Amino acid sequence: MNEKSEKLIDKKGIRGDGRKADELRSVKLQVGVLPNADGSAYIEHGKNKILAAAFGPREMHPKHLAQADRMVLRCRYHMAPFSVQERKSPAPSRREVELSKVIKESLEPALFLELYPRTGVDVFIEVLQADGGTRCASITAAALAIADAGVPMKDLVVACAAGKVDDTVVVDLYDAEDKLGSADVPVAYMPNLNAVTLLQMDGVLSPGEFEQAVNMAMDGCKKIYTLQKEALKTKYMVVKEVEE
Amino acid sequence: MSSLVTKVKLKHIEQLIEKGKRLDDRGLVDTREIKIEQGIIEKAEGSARVFLGKTEVLVGVKVETGEPFPDTPNDGVMTVNAELVPLAHPDFEPGPPDERSIELARVVDRGIRESHAINTEKLCIEPGKKVFVVFVDVYVLNHDGNLIDAAAMAAMAALMNTKMPNYEIKDGELKIKQGYTPLPMKSHPITVTIGKITNKLIVDPGLEEESVMDSRITLAINEDGNICAVQKGGSSFFTPQQILEATKIALDKAAELRKKLNW
Repeated sequence: MNEKSEKLIDKKGIRGDGRKADELRSVKLQVGVLPNADGSAYIEHGKNKILAAAFGPREMHPKHLAQADRMVLRCRYHMAPFSVQERKSPAPSRREVELSKVIKESLEPALFLELYPRTGVDVFIEVLQADGGTRCASITAAALAIADAGVPMKDLVVACAAGKVDDTVVVDLYDAEDKLGSADVPVAYMPNLNAVTLLQMDGVLSPGEFEQAVNMAMDGCKKIYTLQKEALKTKYMVVKEVEE
Repeated sequence: MSSLVTKVKLKHIEQLIEKGKRLDDRGLVDTREIKIEQGIIEKAEGSARVFLGKTEVLVGVKVETGEPFPDTPNDGVMTVNAELVPLAHPDFEPGPPDERSIELARVVDRGIRESHAINTEKLCIEPGKKVFVVFVDVYVLNHDGNLIDAAAMAAMAALMNTKMPNYEIKDGELKIKQGYTPLPMKSHPITVTIGKITNKLIVDPGLEEESVMDSRITLAINEDGNICAVQKGGSSFFTPQQILEATKIALDKAAELRKKLNW
């Protein structure tokens, strides 16, 4: 974006952190990490470390926010002051307010809202360490937390970004690529329903590059989706073994 | 969102759209009538009022001096703020900006920023120390749907109308001289919002359509036909196919509007 800094991708097409263009960072997922939440999950996506907790379906409060015909989903995306290089004020920034809104709207399509009138589900997301792509990793973890809370879902929601770095479309941008690259396209996706539930972009892309980035991000989503399902099984398969 | 639309009306809108028609006799990809007035607030460095059908948005631009961001010492600063003023709709309440107005401001901001609409390098007075700060304040005066497109258009029209004070630096002091120069612009993005109702895509959703709408997608498009900002909103989804379709509609619409507005 600004001055011509050193290249982020070398001649062999290897990125600053050793990955190829279509390679994801390592993703570790854990379900049921917080004893007091109805459901919870922890994600390590590259250097991102994020906790998500789900509470509900429970009575809404304040009560007047309850909807007579459906459940209300509330999300709070929040970054810890120590999660970034320069300390972030703990007060919610405008960015966090917007992300909370788009994350909520990315999860809502997965829920049967009309089956739980007058109730609320609260999802709290705490970014403990940020390294690019936190909204995506947050969605991946939040979907697991909701599933862990036992709230019926049409599908898991999984998210991954793609973007343009040094004129190449790459998947899963890390911090430096996010800041110095020329475009970033976060996508949330429900693979079983073939439904995109979050789509944003900043930067400049030709329509062809945009399509390529969306497809690349969806491919990334599908890979993380497998890990999501495994993480759920890892928690709930243990119960099965005891039964035998 | 709005509680003023009855169930019967909702059904009616859905049935019309199924047939490719809309409440106000528009086609699915037609924009409402656009009217732009510039320079209507004399005390602001730039201003514009946009009517998009009955939606009315006023944008005022103030230019002041301030410090640049540490990571961009040679660039001026631009900030966008949006107010959903209570007089515009019963759903708008006084108080600090809620998520709707923050999203509105940030989507408008993204379109202008990412397309490099303002030549921020020319707003630098003293690198790392003093730059011009451009405050873009969006005032929604009447809400009849599609605030994003109306606000983005009004913001661009106001910026194109903005004049910066002439200045000189004498003995390290900034002196404002007489006269003004136009704000240096590099690009003119056009923002198009597309709503999805019962799997049909419509351009420029009105307020009643918004209340039946599943989701929306907004694209900001620059003069090269490149996409410079995207935002999906609403509690539903788009299939990958619908995204491609919406992108195509937005690109065509932006080209059409660009011709009409002469931007």
